[in-house]
Amino acid sequence: MEPVPVRTFSLRKMFTGTGFFPFIVRRLLTAVLLILGITFIAFSVTQLVPGDPVAANLGQSAYSDPEIVAAFEKEFGLDQPVPIQYITYLGKLVQGDLGVSLSSKRPVAEDLREYFPATLEIAMFAVFVALVLGILLGTISAMTRDRLPDQIIRVFSLTGVSMPVFWTAITAFYIFFFVLGWAPGTGRLEPGAEPPPTVTGLFTIDALLNGDLSTSKEALSYLLLPALVLAVYALGVITRFTRASVLEILGNDYVRTARSKGLSEFTVIRRHVLRPALLSIITIAGVAFASLLAGSVLVENVFSWPGLGQYAYRSAVGLDLPGIMGVSMVVATVFILMNLLVDVLYRVIDPQMRDAG
Amino acid sequence: MTLLRVADLTVTLATSAGDAEAVRNLSFEIDHGEILGIAGESGSGKTMTALSIIGLLPYKGKATGSIYFDGREILTSSKKEYRDIRGKDIAMIFQDPMTSLHPMLTIETQLTEHLRHHRKVSKGSARQSALELLDTVKIPDPASALKAHAGQFSGGMRQRIAIAMALACDPKLLIADEPTTALDVTVQAGILKLLRQLRSERDLSIMIITHDLGVLSSLTDRIMIMYAGSEAESGTAPDLLLHPRHPYTQGLISALPGVARQGKVLTTIGGSPPELGNFPTGCAFHERCSYAQTSCSLEVPSVLQVSDNHRMFCPINPLAEKSVK
Repeated sequence: MEPVPVRTFSLRKMFTGTGFFPFIVRRLLTAVLLILGITFIAFSVTQLVPGDPVAANLGQSAYSDPEIVAAFEKEFGLDQPVPIQYITYLGKLVQGDLGVSLSSKRPVAEDLREYFPATLEIAMFAVFVALVLGILLGTISAMTRDRLPDQIIRVFSLTGVSMPVFWTAITAFYIFFFVLGWAPGTGRLEPGAEPPPTVTGLFTIDALLNGDLSTSKEALSYLLLPALVLAVYALGVITRFTRASVLEILGNDYVRTARSKGLSEFTVIRRHVLRPALLSIITIAGVAFASLLAGSVLVENVFSWPGLGQYAYRSAVGLDLPGIMGVSMVVATVFILMNLLVDVLYRVIDPQMRDAG
Repeated sequence: MTLLRVADLTVTLATSAGDAEAVRNLSFEIDHGEILGIAGESGSGKTMTALSIIGLLPYKGKATGSIYFDGREILTSSKKEYRDIRGKDIAMIFQDPMTSLHPMLTIETQLTEHLRHHRKVSKGSARQSALELLDTVKIPDPASALKAHAGQFSGGMRQRIAIAMALACDPKLLIADEPTTALDVTVQAGILKLLRQLRSERDLSIMIITHDLGVLSSLTDRIMIMYAGSEAESGTAPDLLLHPRHPYTQGLISALPGVARQGKVLTTIGGSPPELGNFPTGCAFHERCSYAQTSCSLEVPSVLQVSDNHRMFCPINPLAEKSVK
């Protein structure tokens, strides 16, 4: 009997194939391993840091009462040996349980759901501004090489990457709030204002979804200054990088070919130069986004922005192990997703990568 | 009838050591349907001449003199006017097909974008022209080639695609800058045959730059030999190759392995070509010329008309034709 060829699902192909789907599967599997590794490192580091979480979270009088200390330790599992604590943590993590925060006494997952969207909101706004403006300014800078616009843009982008974030934040707050009075103040909304019903956790979008345009506008006005401050560094980096990468691409033979066809300079830049330049720009944008999350700790503290940065700061000061671990998990996941996004974009932009798998 | 007339072209490039003249007072013409070959060693200004005709000199490069194309002076035209000529009336193919095609855009986009830009045709009819063009340059399976990227083709195929791109708007003049140098010998022959065929089918004028005298003899009607940014000698192809008059041309031809007699040591031209910005005074070739006299280093050579279609620039004007056979 002739064997009938059957198209079966091949598990092996899923991992070794060169298509888009096997690529994603491979990357997600690596991501899981990465996260596991990160839990281990984060856990070890918090154990190595000198300091007693019990002392940090209990008051002076409670700390002097051995019964309260024992109860606190038992409640948060701190009486167990460290390896057991780690395994218990992992077991709960798989079920989506990030533990209970030592300082807020609430589940960490709940805390993160509350704080993370606020950071996501300013971070996304900042990345958007930095990418759009950065690519635009960098391209203008490259095209007007050594002439006035280029000189001006270079001075500004150099200033952008040279200013420390906390300094930019304090200065911008002083100028735009105290002196000019343009910025509405700290926080995400007017004090006492009712936040919009939570859908995404981004106030500007949730308010719009709720049909409340004025709250959306108000949220945007509060968001603008911290987001722009956060964007300054990334904007400088992306501008400088775009300039360098556009200049490099402009020297390629295929750009000369494009020019020899008599296309408008705009078409040459948009179609023939920016596409290959984007390949290196998105790489640096991924890195810039990472620095943005780090910068958010400082910016959020200056603007009293109730986001992940503030939560991370409080957890760290309070030696709140579950809190620190929770923040690490979120940041690690964001990093991994960003890298995955960059890799996917590579394949979209460059056909050679699709062929190579 | 003259299609292109270049008069007194001088090209100045910015180098790290200051401005340097890469082309000096060059004048020549190309007729309708004529193939002119420009030959010379590296750095003799061939490519800069081509780039100034198509208006694409490198950053901070400047051309003076005049270039008349189809009776119109184009060197002084605005950027916009130049863009209207470029790709439409004058097209260019470059030396290395591995780098001159865009690696990320489909062949269809690269073949049709200038057609759609210059002729304002629809996407469908541009696609149709692209298919015909690929067929003209003998790319197998044009329909699937349109969807492919440059990386999926060999060097010879890429150069054919580059030629198809150049022909898209049916230009009057095709500038080919060493189109076969980067290719295998067998592939070279195919490209040269294609160029010959295009000239006769389309009444195309071709200016081909090469340092391969074999390419010159098999393809061109007329040849101009350049040295250090100036013309050394020019004439009809057979005349110039068989009866070279300028000592430099004679040197080039007797250095050809096919021409040198078997059993004899191959002759070479002593020394090396002068560097940009460091061209010798007088006749630029005098330092390497075995016939040079003291006056050669002082006076810039003036033209000597050998015959109607043959001229050369050699000041001592001495030697009758020297046999190289």
